[in-house]
Amino acid sequence: MSEIAYVPRPAIQTSGVPGSRRHSTLVRITHWIFALSFFGLAVSGVAIILAHPHFYWGETGGTGTPSLFDLPLTTMLGGPSGWGRSLHFLAAWMAVLTGLLYVVSGIVTQHFRRRLLPSLADLSWHSFRASVLDHLRFRRPVVEDSYNVIQRLSYLTVIFLLFPLTIITGLAMSPVITSVIPQVVTIFGGHQSARTIHFFLADLLFLFLLVHIAMVILAGFASRMRAMITGRAPVRKELA
Amino acid sequence: MTNRVSRRKLITRGLAAAAGASGLVYAARLASRYGLIPPDSGGIWGVGETLTYATQRVLMSHHSLAREFHPSEISRVIPVSGEPPVTGPFQRLLSGGFADWRLTVDGMVARPSTFSLDEIKRFPSRSQITHQACEEGWSFIAEWTGVPLSYVLNLVGVSPQAKFVVFFPFDDFWDSLDLPDALHPQTLLAYGLNGQEISPDHGAPLRLRVARQLGYKSIKFLSHIKVTDTLKNIGTGLGSASPDTGYSWFAGI
Repeated sequence: MSEIAYVPRPAIQTSGVPGSRRHSTLVRITHWIFALSFFGLAVSGVAIILAHPHFYWGETGGTGTPSLFDLPLTTMLGGPSGWGRSLHFLAAWMAVLTGLLYVVSGIVTQHFRRRLLPSLADLSWHSFRASVLDHLRFRRPVVEDSYNVIQRLSYLTVIFLLFPLTIITGLAMSPVITSVIPQVVTIFGGHQSARTIHFFLADLLFLFLLVHIAMVILAGFASRMRAMITGRAPVRKELA
Repeated sequence: MTNRVSRRKLITRGLAAAAGASGLVYAARLASRYGLIPPDSGGIWGVGETLTYATQRVLMSHHSLAREFHPSEISRVIPVSGEPPVTGPFQRLLSGGFADWRLTVDGMVARPSTFSLDEIKRFPSRSQITHQACEEGWSFIAEWTGVPLSYVLNLVGVSPQAKFVVFFPFDDFWDSLDLPDALHPQTLLAYGLNGQEISPDHGAPLRLRVARQLGYKSIKFLSHIKVTDTLKNIGTGLGSASPDTGYSWFAGI
Protein backbone atom coordinates (compact mmCIF):
# COMPACT_ATOMS: atom_id res chain seq x y z
CA MET A 1 0.00 0.00 0.00
CA SER A 2 1.18 3.43 -0.78
CA GLU A 3 1.83 5.77 2.12
CA ILE A 4 0.94 8.82 0.10
CA ALA A 5 -2.39 10.30 1.07
CA TYR A 6 -3.94 11.58 -2.07
CA VAL A 7 -6.33 14.42 -1.52
CA PRO A 8 -8.22 15.25 -4.67
CA ARG A 9 -8.63 18.92 -5.37
CA PRO A 10 -12.31 19.79 -5.20
CA ALA A 11 -13.81 20.41 -8.59
CA ILE A 12 -15.21 23.70 -7.45
CA GLN A 13 -13.60 25.65 -4.70
CA THR A 14 -15.35 26.82 -1.61
CA SER A 15 -18.49 28.65 -2.34
CA GLY A 16 -18.85 32.28 -1.41
CA VAL A 17 -15.13 33.06 -1.36
CA PRO A 18 -14.46 36.15 -3.48
CA GLY A 19 -12.33 35.28 -6.46
CA SER A 20 -13.06 31.58 -6.42
CA ARG A 21 -12.28 29.78 -9.68
CA ARG A 22 -15.24 29.56 -12.04
CA HIS A 23 -14.13 28.64 -15.54
CA SER A 24 -10.95 26.97 -16.76
CA THR A 25 -8.73 28.79 -19.26
CA LEU A 26 -9.74 26.42 -22.02
CA VAL A 27 -13.45 26.91 -21.37
CA ARG A 28 -13.00 30.69 -21.40
CA ILE A 29 -10.94 30.76 -24.62
CA THR A 30 -13.24 28.36 -26.48
CA HIS A 31 -16.30 30.24 -25.17
CA TRP A 32 -15.23 33.56 -26.70
CA ILE A 33 -13.94 32.13 -29.99
CA PHE A 34 -17.21 30.23 -30.23
CA ALA A 35 -19.21 33.36 -29.39
CA LEU A 36 -17.45 35.19 -32.23
CA SER A 37 -18.04 32.36 -34.71
CA PHE A 38 -21.69 32.02 -33.63
CA PHE A 39 -22.14 35.73 -34.35
CA GLY A 40 -20.58 35.19 -37.80
CA LEU A 41 -22.83 32.18 -38.44
CA ALA A 42 -25.97 34.10 -37.43
CA VAL A 43 -25.19 37.19 -39.57
CA SER A 44 -24.18 35.11 -42.60
CA GLY A 45 -27.14 32.76 -42.12
CA VAL A 46 -29.50 35.72 -42.48
CA ALA A 47 -27.50 36.93 -45.50
CA ILE A 48 -27.93 33.53 -47.19
CA ILE A 49 -31.66 33.37 -46.43
CA LEU A 50 -32.16 36.83 -48.00
CA ALA A 51 -31.32 35.32 -51.42
CA HIS A 52 -34.34 32.99 -51.17
CA PRO A 53 -36.50 33.43 -48.04
CA HIS A 54 -38.72 30.46 -48.91
CA PHE A 55 -38.68 27.01 -47.35
CA TYR A 56 -39.79 23.64 -48.73
CA TRP A 57 -40.13 20.00 -47.75
CA GLY A 58 -38.69 17.04 -49.68
CA GLU A 59 -35.88 17.07 -52.21
CA THR A 60 -36.70 20.08 -54.37
CA GLY A 61 -38.41 23.45 -54.30
CA GLY A 62 -38.13 26.85 -55.90
CA THR A 63 -39.95 29.65 -57.64
CA GLY A 64 -43.05 28.14 -59.22
CA THR A 65 -43.43 25.30 -56.71
CA PRO A 66 -45.50 25.41 -53.51
CA SER A 67 -43.48 26.37 -50.44
CA LEU A 68 -43.87 25.19 -46.86
CA PHE A 69 -43.62 28.77 -45.57
CA ASP A 70 -42.16 32.10 -46.62
CA LEU A 71 -40.35 34.57 -44.42
CA PRO A 72 -41.60 38.16 -44.68
CA LEU A 73 -38.24 39.35 -46.02
CA THR A 74 -37.34 41.06 -49.26
CA THR A 75 -35.39 38.91 -51.70
CA MET A 76 -31.89 40.28 -52.20
CA LEU A 77 -30.03 38.68 -55.10
CA GLY A 78 -26.38 38.90 -56.06
CA GLY A 79 -24.30 39.90 -53.09
CA PRO A 80 -25.35 39.01 -49.57
CA SER A 81 -25.45 35.29 -50.24
CA GLY A 82 -21.97 35.46 -51.86
CA TRP A 83 -20.06 36.87 -48.89
CA GLY A 84 -22.71 35.22 -46.69
CA ARG A 85 -21.61 31.76 -47.77
CA SER A 86 -17.91 32.61 -47.44
CA LEU A 87 -18.47 33.98 -43.91
CA HIS A 88 -20.79 31.08 -43.01
CA PHE A 89 -18.10 28.55 -43.89
CA LEU A 90 -15.24 30.44 -42.27
CA ALA A 91 -17.29 30.84 -39.08
CA ALA A 92 -18.46 27.20 -39.26
CA TRP A 93 -14.85 26.02 -39.43
CA MET A 94 -13.98 28.17 -36.41
CA ALA A 95 -17.05 26.94 -34.52
CA VAL A 96 -16.52 23.25 -35.33
CA LEU A 97 -12.79 23.22 -34.53
CA THR A 98 -13.32 25.19 -31.29
CA GLY A 99 -16.33 23.05 -30.41
CA LEU A 100 -14.34 19.85 -30.96
CA LEU A 101 -11.54 21.11 -28.72
CA TYR A 102 -14.12 22.00 -26.03
CA VAL A 103 -15.97 18.68 -26.24
CA VAL A 104 -12.84 16.50 -26.28
CA SER A 105 -11.26 18.38 -23.37
CA GLY A 106 -14.60 18.39 -21.55
CA ILE A 107 -14.71 14.61 -21.76
CA VAL A 108 -11.03 14.13 -20.88
CA THR A 109 -11.11 16.48 -17.86
CA GLN A 110 -14.54 15.12 -16.84
CA HIS A 111 -15.92 18.68 -17.04
CA PHE A 112 -19.18 17.38 -18.52
CA ARG A 113 -19.55 14.58 -16.00
CA ARG A 114 -18.82 16.75 -12.99
CA ARG A 115 -20.51 20.01 -13.91
CA LEU A 116 -23.13 19.26 -16.57
CA LEU A 117 -24.40 15.71 -16.09
CA PRO A 118 -27.40 15.90 -13.75
CA SER A 119 -27.45 13.46 -10.88
CA LEU A 120 -30.18 10.81 -10.81
CA ALA A 121 -31.72 12.59 -7.81
CA ASP A 122 -31.92 15.82 -9.83
CA LEU A 123 -33.79 13.99 -12.55
CA SER A 124 -36.58 12.87 -10.27
CA TRP A 125 -39.93 14.44 -11.06
CA HIS A 126 -40.13 16.18 -7.69
CA SER A 127 -36.73 17.80 -7.91
CA PHE A 128 -37.17 18.72 -11.57
CA ARG A 129 -40.54 20.36 -10.84
CA ALA A 130 -39.03 22.30 -7.95
CA SER A 131 -36.31 23.66 -10.23
CA VAL A 132 -38.85 24.66 -12.89
CA LEU A 133 -40.96 26.46 -10.28
CA ASP A 134 -37.88 28.24 -8.92
CA HIS A 135 -37.12 29.49 -12.41
CA LEU A 136 -40.69 30.62 -12.98
CA ARG A 137 -40.63 32.57 -9.70
CA PHE A 138 -37.15 33.97 -10.47
CA ARG A 139 -36.04 32.48 -7.15
CA ARG A 140 -32.32 32.07 -6.57
CA PRO A 141 -31.12 28.49 -6.46
CA VAL A 142 -30.32 27.11 -3.03
CA VAL A 143 -27.02 25.56 -4.10
CA GLU A 144 -25.07 28.53 -5.34
CA ASP A 145 -21.91 27.31 -6.96
CA SER A 146 -23.20 24.64 -9.27
CA TYR A 147 -25.44 24.49 -12.29
CA ASN A 148 -29.02 23.48 -11.53
CA VAL A 149 -30.79 20.66 -13.32
CA ILE A 150 -32.44 22.88 -15.95
CA GLN A 151 -29.14 24.54 -16.79
CA ARG A 152 -27.41 21.18 -16.99
CA LEU A 153 -30.04 19.71 -19.30
CA SER A 154 -30.12 22.84 -21.49
CA TYR A 155 -26.36 22.93 -21.95
CA LEU A 156 -26.20 19.19 -22.65
CA THR A 157 -29.04 19.46 -25.20
CA VAL A 158 -27.35 22.36 -26.98
CA ILE A 159 -23.89 20.76 -26.98
CA PHE A 160 -24.78 17.16 -27.77
CA LEU A 161 -28.05 17.42 -29.73
CA LEU A 162 -28.71 20.81 -31.35
CA PHE A 163 -25.17 21.61 -32.54
CA PRO A 164 -24.46 18.11 -33.95
CA LEU A 165 -27.83 18.12 -35.74
CA THR A 166 -27.17 21.59 -37.13
CA ILE A 167 -23.79 20.42 -38.45
CA ILE A 168 -25.30 17.26 -39.98
CA THR A 169 -28.19 19.11 -41.68
CA GLY A 170 -25.61 21.58 -42.98
CA LEU A 171 -23.49 18.78 -44.41
CA ALA A 172 -26.65 17.26 -45.90
CA MET A 173 -26.79 20.24 -48.27
CA SER A 174 -23.33 19.49 -49.70
CA PRO A 175 -23.49 17.60 -53.02
CA VAL A 176 -19.98 16.21 -52.46
CA ILE A 177 -20.77 14.86 -49.00
CA THR A 178 -24.10 13.35 -50.08
CA SER A 179 -22.31 11.66 -53.00
CA VAL A 180 -20.18 9.81 -50.44
CA ILE A 181 -22.79 9.39 -47.67
CA PRO A 182 -26.30 9.70 -49.21
CA GLN A 183 -27.90 8.76 -45.86
CA VAL A 184 -26.87 12.13 -44.44
CA VAL A 185 -29.61 13.75 -46.56
CA THR A 186 -32.10 10.90 -47.01
CA ILE A 187 -32.69 10.52 -43.24
CA PHE A 188 -34.05 14.09 -43.24
CA GLY A 189 -36.33 13.38 -46.22
CA GLY A 190 -34.36 15.28 -48.85
CA HIS A 191 -32.24 18.34 -49.57
CA GLN A 192 -34.96 20.95 -48.96
CA SER A 193 -36.14 19.20 -45.77
CA ALA A 194 -32.56 19.32 -44.48
CA ARG A 195 -32.41 23.04 -45.33
CA THR A 196 -35.69 23.69 -43.49
CA ILE A 197 -34.60 21.67 -40.42
CA HIS A 198 -31.23 23.49 -40.47
CA PHE A 199 -33.17 26.77 -40.33
CA PHE A 200 -35.28 25.66 -37.34
CA LEU A 201 -32.25 24.31 -35.47
CA ALA A 202 -30.51 27.64 -36.02
CA ASP A 203 -33.61 29.37 -34.60
CA LEU A 204 -33.50 27.14 -31.50
CA LEU A 205 -29.81 27.89 -31.01
CA PHE A 206 -30.50 31.60 -31.36
CA LEU A 207 -33.31 31.29 -28.81
CA PHE A 208 -30.89 29.54 -26.45
CA LEU A 209 -28.44 32.43 -26.94
CA LEU A 210 -31.14 34.98 -26.03
CA VAL A 211 -32.08 33.07 -22.86
CA HIS A 212 -28.38 32.61 -22.04
CA ILE A 213 -27.75 36.37 -22.30
CA ALA A 214 -30.93 37.18 -20.34
CA MET A 215 -29.81 34.84 -17.56
CA VAL A 216 -26.33 36.39 -17.53
CA ILE A 217 -27.93 39.79 -17.04
CA LEU A 218 -30.28 38.48 -14.33
CA ALA A 219 -27.42 36.76 -12.51
CA GLY A 220 -25.33 39.93 -12.53
CA PHE A 221 -23.83 40.95 -15.85
CA ALA A 222 -20.54 42.32 -14.48
CA SER A 223 -19.74 39.32 -12.28
CA ARG A 224 -20.68 36.74 -14.96
CA MET A 225 -18.62 38.55 -17.60
CA ARG A 226 -15.68 38.80 -15.20
CA ALA A 227 -16.00 35.08 -14.52
CA MET A 228 -15.91 34.18 -18.22
CA ILE A 229 -13.07 36.62 -18.98
CA THR A 230 -10.73 36.30 -15.98
CA GLY A 231 -11.95 32.93 -14.72
CA ARG A 232 -12.56 34.29 -11.24
CA ALA A 233 -15.51 36.05 -9.72
CA PRO A 234 -17.20 36.42 -6.37
CA VAL A 235 -19.73 33.65 -6.14
CA ARG A 236 -23.16 34.91 -5.39
CA LYS A 237 -25.87 33.28 -7.35
CA GLU A 238 -25.99 30.96 -10.24
CA LEU A 239 -28.47 31.64 -13.00
CA ALA A 240 -26.56 31.56 -16.24
CA MET B 1 11.91 33.56 -9.76
CA THR B 2 9.44 35.42 -11.90
CA ASN B 3 12.24 36.40 -14.24
CA ARG B 4 13.50 32.88 -14.70
CA VAL B 5 10.03 31.51 -15.31
CA SER B 6 9.16 34.17 -17.81
CA ARG B 7 12.45 33.64 -19.66
CA ARG B 8 11.86 29.91 -19.79
CA LYS B 9 8.30 30.56 -20.94
CA LEU B 10 9.61 32.95 -23.58
CA ILE B 11 12.04 30.37 -24.94
CA THR B 12 9.56 27.49 -25.00
CA ARG B 13 6.83 29.65 -26.49
CA GLY B 14 9.25 31.04 -29.07
CA LEU B 15 10.28 27.52 -30.04
CA ALA B 16 6.65 26.38 -30.20
CA ALA B 17 5.73 29.36 -32.37
CA ALA B 18 8.67 28.72 -34.71
CA ALA B 19 7.75 25.03 -34.96
CA GLY B 20 4.13 25.95 -35.60
CA ALA B 21 5.04 28.48 -38.27
CA SER B 22 7.42 26.15 -40.10
CA GLY B 23 4.82 23.39 -39.77
CA LEU B 24 2.26 25.67 -41.45
CA VAL B 25 4.70 26.55 -44.24
CA TYR B 26 5.43 22.86 -44.79
CA ALA B 27 1.70 22.01 -44.74
CA ALA B 28 1.02 24.78 -47.27
CA ARG B 29 3.77 23.45 -49.57
CA LEU B 30 2.43 19.88 -49.32
CA ALA B 31 -1.15 21.09 -49.89
CA SER B 32 -0.11 23.03 -52.96
CA ARG B 33 1.76 20.01 -54.36
CA TYR B 34 -1.27 17.75 -53.98
CA GLY B 35 -3.68 20.31 -55.42
CA LEU B 36 -5.42 21.24 -52.17
CA ILE B 37 -5.22 25.02 -52.51
CA PRO B 38 -8.08 26.61 -54.49
CA PRO B 39 -7.28 29.55 -56.81
CA ASP B 40 -9.26 31.94 -54.57
CA SER B 41 -7.28 31.05 -51.43
CA GLY B 42 -6.20 34.64 -50.74
CA GLY B 43 -7.78 37.05 -48.28
CA ILE B 44 -9.86 36.40 -45.19
CA TRP B 45 -12.50 34.25 -46.95
CA GLY B 46 -9.68 32.22 -48.52
CA VAL B 47 -8.98 30.54 -45.17
CA GLY B 48 -12.47 28.99 -45.09
CA GLU B 49 -12.44 28.19 -48.83
CA THR B 50 -9.09 26.41 -48.50
CA LEU B 51 -10.14 24.41 -45.43
CA THR B 52 -13.35 23.28 -47.14
CA TYR B 53 -11.72 22.44 -50.48
CA ALA B 54 -8.67 20.67 -48.99
CA THR B 55 -10.77 18.67 -46.50
CA GLN B 56 -13.17 17.51 -49.21
CA ARG B 57 -10.37 16.58 -51.61
CA VAL B 58 -8.54 14.62 -48.88
CA LEU B 59 -11.50 12.90 -47.18
CA MET B 60 -13.93 12.45 -50.06
CA SER B 61 -13.45 10.04 -52.91
CA HIS B 62 -12.72 11.75 -56.22
CA HIS B 63 -15.14 9.44 -58.00
CA SER B 64 -18.09 9.21 -55.63
CA LEU B 65 -21.27 9.55 -57.66
CA ALA B 66 -23.87 12.23 -56.97
CA ARG B 67 -27.27 10.79 -56.09
CA GLU B 68 -29.38 9.79 -59.08
CA PHE B 69 -33.18 9.73 -59.01
CA HIS B 70 -36.19 7.95 -60.47
CA PRO B 71 -37.89 9.57 -63.51
CA SER B 72 -41.00 10.14 -61.36
CA GLU B 73 -38.96 12.50 -59.18
CA ILE B 74 -38.13 14.91 -62.03
CA SER B 75 -39.26 18.44 -61.13
CA ARG B 76 -42.15 19.93 -63.10
CA VAL B 77 -40.63 23.41 -62.99
CA ILE B 78 -37.02 24.21 -63.79
CA PRO B 79 -36.38 27.83 -62.83
CA VAL B 80 -34.31 29.84 -65.31
CA SER B 81 -31.29 31.55 -63.84
CA GLY B 82 -29.45 33.77 -66.33
CA GLU B 83 -30.89 34.71 -69.71
CA PRO B 84 -29.21 33.72 -73.01
CA PRO B 85 -26.63 36.23 -74.25
CA VAL B 86 -28.00 39.00 -76.47
CA THR B 87 -24.64 39.45 -78.18
CA GLY B 88 -24.41 39.26 -81.98
CA PRO B 89 -22.41 36.04 -82.34
CA PHE B 90 -24.66 34.00 -80.05
CA GLN B 91 -27.89 35.33 -81.56
CA ARG B 92 -26.57 34.60 -85.10
CA LEU B 93 -25.68 31.01 -84.17
CA LEU B 94 -29.05 30.58 -82.41
CA SER B 95 -31.01 31.75 -85.47
CA GLY B 96 -29.03 29.29 -87.59
CA GLY B 97 -30.01 26.41 -85.30
CA PHE B 98 -26.39 26.20 -84.08
CA ALA B 99 -25.36 24.56 -87.40
CA ASP B 100 -22.29 26.87 -87.53
CA TRP B 101 -21.51 26.55 -83.80
CA ARG B 102 -18.20 24.90 -82.96
CA LEU B 103 -16.64 23.89 -79.66
CA THR B 104 -12.91 24.59 -79.51
CA VAL B 105 -10.81 22.44 -77.17
CA ASP B 106 -7.19 23.56 -76.85
CA GLY B 107 -4.44 24.49 -74.40
CA MET B 108 -2.24 21.77 -72.89
CA VAL B 109 -3.56 18.99 -75.11
CA ALA B 110 -1.88 16.76 -77.70
CA ARG B 111 -4.51 17.36 -80.40
CA PRO B 112 -6.30 20.75 -80.26
CA SER B 113 -9.70 20.23 -81.91
CA THR B 114 -13.00 21.79 -82.83
CA PHE B 115 -16.27 19.86 -82.75
CA SER B 116 -19.68 20.54 -84.27
CA LEU B 117 -22.85 19.85 -82.30
CA ASP B 118 -23.58 16.81 -84.49
CA GLU B 119 -20.12 15.38 -83.83
CA ILE B 120 -20.59 15.83 -80.08
CA LYS B 121 -23.99 14.12 -80.24
CA ARG B 122 -22.41 11.11 -81.97
CA PHE B 123 -20.00 10.58 -79.05
CA PRO B 124 -21.01 7.98 -76.42
CA SER B 125 -23.70 9.65 -74.33
CA ARG B 126 -24.74 9.45 -70.73
CA SER B 127 -28.10 10.38 -69.20
CA GLN B 128 -28.47 11.05 -65.50
CA ILE B 129 -31.30 12.25 -63.28
CA THR B 130 -29.62 14.44 -60.71
CA HIS B 131 -30.43 17.10 -58.13
CA GLN B 132 -29.11 20.59 -58.67
CA ALA B 133 -29.15 23.23 -55.94
CA CYS B 134 -28.68 26.90 -56.60
CA GLU B 135 -26.47 28.79 -54.16
CA GLU B 136 -29.56 30.92 -53.42
CA GLY B 137 -31.29 27.91 -51.85
CA TRP B 138 -33.78 26.54 -54.40
CA SER B 139 -33.26 23.24 -56.18
CA PHE B 140 -34.71 20.90 -58.80
CA ILE B 141 -34.26 17.41 -60.22
CA ALA B 142 -33.81 16.93 -63.98
CA GLU B 143 -32.49 14.45 -66.48
CA TRP B 144 -29.39 15.61 -68.33
CA THR B 145 -27.97 13.99 -71.46
CA GLY B 146 -24.56 14.63 -72.91
CA VAL B 147 -21.06 13.34 -73.49
CA PRO B 148 -18.87 12.86 -70.41
CA LEU B 149 -16.25 15.61 -70.43
CA SER B 150 -13.64 12.93 -69.68
CA TYR B 151 -14.37 11.34 -73.09
CA VAL B 152 -13.64 14.58 -74.94
CA LEU B 153 -10.54 15.24 -72.81
CA ASN B 154 -9.20 11.76 -73.57
CA LEU B 155 -9.90 12.33 -77.25
CA VAL B 156 -7.73 15.47 -77.37
CA GLY B 157 -5.08 14.03 -75.01
CA VAL B 158 -4.55 16.03 -71.83
CA SER B 159 -0.91 16.80 -70.97
CA PRO B 160 0.36 15.16 -67.74
CA GLN B 161 1.30 18.64 -66.48
CA ALA B 162 -2.27 19.95 -66.79
CA LYS B 163 -4.16 20.81 -63.59
CA PHE B 164 -7.31 22.69 -64.61
CA VAL B 165 -9.90 22.78 -67.37
CA VAL B 166 -11.24 26.25 -68.18
CA PHE B 167 -14.64 26.87 -69.78
CA PHE B 168 -15.46 29.98 -71.81
CA PRO B 169 -19.12 30.61 -72.68
CA PHE B 170 -20.79 33.23 -74.88
CA ASP B 171 -21.55 35.29 -71.77
CA ASP B 172 -19.12 36.52 -69.08
CA PHE B 173 -19.45 33.64 -66.61
CA TRP B 174 -16.29 31.73 -67.47
CA ASP B 175 -15.28 29.09 -64.96
CA SER B 176 -12.85 26.25 -64.34
CA LEU B 177 -12.66 22.81 -62.74
CA ASP B 178 -9.80 20.89 -61.21
CA LEU B 179 -8.99 17.53 -62.83
CA PRO B 180 -10.87 15.36 -60.24
CA ASP B 181 -14.12 17.15 -61.15
CA ALA B 182 -13.31 17.50 -64.88
CA LEU B 183 -12.67 13.75 -65.18
CA HIS B 184 -15.59 12.77 -62.90
CA PRO B 185 -17.93 10.33 -64.70
CA GLN B 186 -20.99 12.55 -64.06
CA THR B 187 -19.40 15.74 -65.42
CA LEU B 188 -21.13 16.18 -68.76
CA LEU B 189 -21.08 18.43 -71.79
CA ALA B 190 -24.87 18.36 -71.91
CA TYR B 191 -27.12 18.99 -74.91
CA GLY B 192 -30.28 17.27 -73.65
CA LEU B 193 -32.63 18.20 -70.80
CA ASN B 194 -35.53 15.92 -69.83
CA GLY B 195 -35.37 14.12 -73.19
CA GLN B 196 -35.36 17.27 -75.32
CA GLU B 197 -32.69 19.57 -76.72
CA ILE B 198 -31.57 22.11 -74.15
CA SER B 199 -33.46 25.35 -74.71
CA PRO B 200 -31.56 28.67 -74.98
CA ASP B 201 -32.82 29.57 -71.49
CA HIS B 202 -31.14 26.49 -70.05
CA GLY B 203 -27.84 26.85 -71.88
CA ALA B 204 -28.12 25.85 -75.57
CA PRO B 205 -26.42 24.54 -77.52
CA LEU B 206 -24.07 22.92 -75.00
CA ARG B 207 -23.62 23.44 -71.28
CA LEU B 208 -21.47 22.03 -68.55
CA ARG B 209 -23.07 19.82 -65.88
CA VAL B 210 -21.09 19.40 -62.67
CA ALA B 211 -23.17 17.03 -60.55
CA ARG B 212 -21.26 17.50 -57.28
CA GLN B 213 -21.20 21.29 -57.16
CA LEU B 214 -23.76 24.10 -56.85
CA GLY B 215 -25.63 25.18 -59.98
CA TYR B 216 -23.51 28.19 -60.84
CA LYS B 217 -20.56 25.92 -61.70
CA SER B 218 -22.61 24.31 -64.49
CA ILE B 219 -22.06 27.14 -66.93
CA LYS B 220 -24.18 27.56 -70.04
CA PHE B 221 -23.68 28.52 -73.73
CA LEU B 222 -20.24 26.88 -74.05
CA SER B 223 -17.90 28.02 -76.77
CA HIS B 224 -14.32 27.18 -75.82
CA ILE B 225 -12.58 24.73 -73.46
CA LYS B 226 -8.95 25.26 -72.52
CA VAL B 227 -6.72 22.86 -70.56
CA THR B 228 -4.07 24.56 -68.44
CA ASP B 229 -1.63 24.12 -65.57
CA THR B 230 -2.32 27.54 -64.02
CA LEU B 231 -5.27 29.87 -63.64
CA LYS B 232 -3.16 32.89 -62.68
CA ASN B 233 -3.17 34.59 -66.09
CA ILE B 234 -6.89 34.11 -66.82
CA GLY B 235 -9.25 36.92 -65.81
CA THR B 236 -8.29 38.19 -62.37
CA GLY B 237 -6.50 34.90 -61.64
CA LEU B 238 -9.10 33.55 -59.23
CA GLY B 239 -10.10 30.60 -61.42
CA SER B 240 -13.56 31.83 -62.33
CA ALA B 241 -15.71 34.90 -62.84
CA SER B 242 -17.56 33.97 -59.62
CA PRO B 243 -14.96 35.10 -57.03
CA ASP B 244 -14.99 38.60 -58.58
CA THR B 245 -18.63 38.90 -57.59
CA GLY B 246 -18.15 37.29 -54.15
CA TYR B 247 -18.86 33.63 -54.90
CA SER B 248 -16.33 30.90 -54.20
CA TRP B 249 -14.51 29.01 -56.94
CA PHE B 250 -15.19 25.63 -55.33
CA ALA B 251 -18.91 25.04 -54.81
CA GLY B 252 -18.96 21.42 -53.59
CA ILE B 253 -20.07 23.09 -50.32
